[in-house]
Amino acid sequence: MAIVVQRRDYSLLGAESKRAEEKGLASGEWHQTPIPRKTMKELMKRKDGPAIRDTLIWFIGLIVLGTLAYMSWGTWWAVPAFFLYGIFYATPGDSRWHECGHGTAFKTQWMNDVVYHFACFVILRSATPWRWSHSRHHTDTIIVGRDPEIITARPPVWKILWMQIIHLYGGPIEIKRFILHTFGKLEDQEKEYIPASEHYKVFREARIYMLIFLAVIAACMFTGSILPAMFIILPTFYGFLLVLTFGVTQHLGLYEDVLDHRLNTRTFYTNPIFRFLYWNMNYHTEHHMFPMVPFHALPKLHEEMKHDCPAARPSLGAALKEVIGALRKQKNDPSYVVVKPLPETAIPYRFGPNESNQLRSEA
Amino acid sequence: MAEWVEVCDEDEIDVEDVIRFDEGDRSFAVYRTDKGDYHATDGFCTHGKFHLSEGLVMGKQIECPKHNGRFDIPSGAAVRVPACIDLQTYPVKVEGGMVYIQI
Repeated sequence: MAIVVQRRDYSLLGAESKRAEEKGLASGEWHQTPIPRKTMKELMKRKDGPAIRDTLIWFIGLIVLGTLAYMSWGTWWAVPAFFLYGIFYATPGDSRWHECGHGTAFKTQWMNDVVYHFACFVILRSATPWRWSHSRHHTDTIIVGRDPEIITARPPVWKILWMQIIHLYGGPIEIKRFILHTFGKLEDQEKEYIPASEHYKVFREARIYMLIFLAVIAACMFTGSILPAMFIILPTFYGFLLVLTFGVTQHLGLYEDVLDHRLNTRTFYTNPIFRFLYWNMNYHTEHHMFPMVPFHALPKLHEEMKHDCPAARPSLGAALKEVIGALRKQKNDPSYVVVKPLPETAIPYRFGPNESNQLRSEA
Repeated sequence: MAEWVEVCDEDEIDVEDVIRFDEGDRSFAVYRTDKGDYHATDGFCTHGKFHLSEGLVMGKQIECPKHNGRFDIPSGAAVRVPACIDLQTYPVKVEGGMVYIQI
């Protein structure tokens, strides 16, 4: 007999949003690992150096890989060359969008803003709407009906995940939004988290994006080739693999509706290349608990928090295996979640405002 | 009528630092900027109701610990989204080595 699973309403305008407010989950008080103020001040210190270095590496990498891709056009070598260019275009685009959006990457604010806008275009995310959406994501992390950045519902919608390998789910949604914004309109859901005073920025940015889109399309028509689009716009799609891979490790397979980032956010160790591309966001529990700490200080923050957190997953592969295993189990049992044991030195998990949410599966 | 309330010893607040000060059911943030000046504002970020005392003082700005919104400390003006609403500021004086705010 087929199992019928009732899916919750993940929209920000439905019954779950009200329910979250009634349960005290909206804008709730989250668990924080106690860290001495002096240490925290050191960790929060801003620097320009690391981000300037990494931005230069990113741009130089794009030029080198882009040149190789251009030279290989028309041969089979173009496949790996463009794949690498796409990965190097989209992955740092995503992580730089994120960190510069927080304003923590550079000490100098205009540098954060310049890289933020550049990265937003690279990853095809409207700058102002995503700034506000991400702010809500941090207020109400994985609270159903409140968080606009939940990748997939429980049970998972596999079609979305498969399509996202080449950004075919999120990409068209974003383009549809650009068009809407170009004409001075917002989705109803966006009005939930973008204040009216910011709407003009949304429309202005969308119009600039549209001009760039039109210029690239014109260049393709003029040259009679898709080559211009292969360097700008299309890499967001064909280079999306690592963005998705990193993205699914952040929260999937973990708890919804809790006020403890140790329960709904995953940290894993990985190699220096991935840490460069992802800008240390593999320390994701740390980032959510203390979004003031810049990317370059997250490994140190991790050391300070270890005593209060479940063990980090040993690798990206281990994190992915855990995610996929949990999603497969959630197909038949949406309440299944992975909970890792805490060390003896840790403060107990905070499941909710009334500590009543005890549905759990030990991993 | 506004009254002066004792907060702490002047050297209890480092340069480029902030402390939390509660009086009755109200919470304030008392700062010392990079120039060594003392200032006071409401204690909570106007965007997300988080204690600014857990944030970071940079020069004469305070950054909220939760969403990285920023305020100009002397004027209380919101200078970086998601903070959009200004903070209320309060007069501060240092007398006899003690910091006072007028509330």
